[in-house]
Amino acid sequence: MSNNLNGTSAWNMKLLWTLIAILGAVAFGIVALNRGEAVNAAWLVVAAVCVYFIGYRFYGLFVANRALGVDAARATPAYRHNDGLDYVPTNQYVLFGHHFAAIAGAGPLVGPVLAAQMGYLPGTLWILVGAVFAGAVQDMTVLFLSTRRDGRSLGDIVRAEMGPVAGTIAGVGILLICVIVLAVLALVVVKALIGSPWGTFAVFCTIPIALLMGIYNQFIRPGRIGEMSLLGCILLLAALVYGRTVSETPALAAYFDFKGETLALIIIGYGFVASVLPVWLLLAPRDYLSTFLKIGTITLLAIGIIIVRPDLQMPAVTKFIDGTGPVWAGSMFPFLFITIACGAVSGWHSLIASGTTPKMIENERQIAFIGYGGMLMESFVAIMAMIGASVIHPGVYFAMNSSAGLIGTTTEHAAQVISSWGFVVTPSDIAQVAKDVGETTIMSRTGGAPTLAVGMATILSSFLGGQTMAGIWYHFAILFEALFILTTVDAGTRVLRFMIQDLVGNVVPAFRETKSWTNNLIGSALSVLLWGYFLYVGVIDPLGGIWTLWPLFGTANQMLAAIALTLCTVVLFKMKRERFALVTIAPASWLVLCTTTAGLEKVFSPDTNIGFISHALKYGEAIAAGQLLAPAKSAAEMTRIVVNDYIDATLAGVFVLVVVATVIYALIDIWKALASPRATAVEIEFAGAATGASNA
Amino acid sequence: MPNLQDLFDQSARVAGAARYWTTRTARLMIGVPDYETYVAHRRANHPDQPIMTYVEFFRERQQARYATTKGRFRGCC
Repeated sequence: MSNNLNGTSAWNMKLLWTLIAILGAVAFGIVALNRGEAVNAAWLVVAAVCVYFIGYRFYGLFVANRALGVDAARATPAYRHNDGLDYVPTNQYVLFGHHFAAIAGAGPLVGPVLAAQMGYLPGTLWILVGAVFAGAVQDMTVLFLSTRRDGRSLGDIVRAEMGPVAGTIAGVGILLICVIVLAVLALVVVKALIGSPWGTFAVFCTIPIALLMGIYNQFIRPGRIGEMSLLGCILLLAALVYGRTVSETPALAAYFDFKGETLALIIIGYGFVASVLPVWLLLAPRDYLSTFLKIGTITLLAIGIIIVRPDLQMPAVTKFIDGTGPVWAGSMFPFLFITIACGAVSGWHSLIASGTTPKMIENERQIAFIGYGGMLMESFVAIMAMIGASVIHPGVYFAMNSSAGLIGTTTEHAAQVISSWGFVVTPSDIAQVAKDVGETTIMSRTGGAPTLAVGMATILSSFLGGQTMAGIWYHFAILFEALFILTTVDAGTRVLRFMIQDLVGNVVPAFRETKSWTNNLIGSALSVLLWGYFLYVGVIDPLGGIWTLWPLFGTANQMLAAIALTLCTVVLFKMKRERFALVTIAPASWLVLCTTTAGLEKVFSPDTNIGFISHALKYGEAIAAGQLLAPAKSAAEMTRIVVNDYIDATLAGVFVLVVVATVIYALIDIWKALASPRATAVEIEFAGAATGASNA
Repeated sequence: MPNLQDLFDQSARVAGAARYWTTRTARLMIGVPDYETYVAHRRANHPDQPIMTYVEFFRERQQARYATTKGRFRGCC
């Protein structure tokens, strides 16, 4: 680009980039070095944005142009297979919207909130560094690989490049991540809705609203997406506002006031029903609503942070940096990285980057903007979540995110415990937040979503509606998260069902037939049973579920990212581009190190807070001695804890094995590739004729 | 004094373009590509074959978005 600029504008560009670098450095200095005084969130935003610009311009484009060698003259699948449907050359800005809407979800909103227990700084640094050097590189490289292979899926590419065994291992990894993702996301919803009639009412209302939209769109005004979505939005806002009346009317509130177990069973049942209904009736309309609401809310939050510029109440670094925090167990390495997961690097994105996006890329040159840029945007969402968690009183943050086993169930006791940790808070501080947002209590609302909702309510109500609107904004935030989590639960159950049918189909071929109702019912039931088991166990977990499940989720997610980046490395070697392979080797090695350390610690750590086996042994010994250990209240509960520990340990062990096996296969492939005199990557034949351009 | 008529025309053009691009982006976010592009493609490349109406096209895309086949994962994190 720079070769056709004249001298003056080249100088201007240099000046501009220097200014961005200086601004970023100043903002970073303020964020990182300021002690004692509250730091304004605006500095965090400025620092992040400068990092993204510099990262994109000086690293992202380098990886795309030099390491991957994107070729503007090469015809993309969108042109080679243009059918006006799946394969369509699409304007890069429009496609960026599509790609971002597909990757953005609950992960980057929850992870940073949980990571805030160590202070905002460690998490923020990883969100920025991880996105620039790992997450965005992964997303872009997988997008590149898939674009060179007619938009084939990650599993297919692993099979083609690394052989059928490695492909099957990756398939097992993908299946496991699906199960854990669905369980942990559903758990986030359950935790947010326990004993909250307002939130429960609004979330339940999304079902009849979606049905109405579905019928409207199928029979009354087919294909009118705008009208249907507007109708849905209005009804949704009405439900949200009316929710307050419901919560304030005891007779009505009683219908929507549930325990965690009941909510879990409702969501499991719902997941089953929703995944066998025709898609136009429930899934599609709710998906449309949640997509638009998601993009709208993220934009609104960004505007809110820029206008309000709140001060960060959370210290830059808390004393829980030593790994003794109440929100999740484990030291900074590897568990901070595991906890943040999606905002820095998400394995899930490798599935999306090898899904619909590569089939619509107009030109390989745009891969950096869409793949790398899309992930930077996702990382910015994570930064906003970190800000949301940090603008609330740290004492309130810990009251919301510590389990009842630690802080008790009264505000007095909680305030005393949390103050003893060094975060001075009064019982009335905690009670006041609950009152402001229209809830009876906000204590032990783990899972991140409620904390973020309080943060969003704080930011948004200070420029839209004031204190009286805080309750509406809080429940709006809960509704928005629940809406797209439920969409994921529904869509994910279907995907899981397909994978199970495919897997079982290896043994019983008839089970593969997806048109059969019996198969669909059995497949869906198996699929909800799998994630439903982990969800239910999470809900009854006396440690609060998130404590146990989030690290498993994070490990699974980072495991998939490790697989994807390992694949990218293998392909770079097979393309004979090994001199650039460090761009994927570095993040891949880091992720392999993180996931295996985390996985092994989860299995073998002697610390009963971290290690599943040591925890199981502790409870096993107590059972043998006829004792009851808190929080179990009966011998049956004791046994259940032990069984769950062994299941979780097995799962964590499988994650480690999957990663290790993939790395071994990769090393063999790399060795073979180095021995081969020419490139061996299985790309689609270069069809240069489509553009007629030469590579010279 | 700028010509008011020109100003109105220009604003209308900008608003029209903004609306056009927002609609396209919003539609593709939920998996519905351009219908006009599809029609143009079919006319140019398969003139002898039938072209789906907008409603047929929309329903086909809706089904395809949730088809439980490989490589269709979305929205988690």
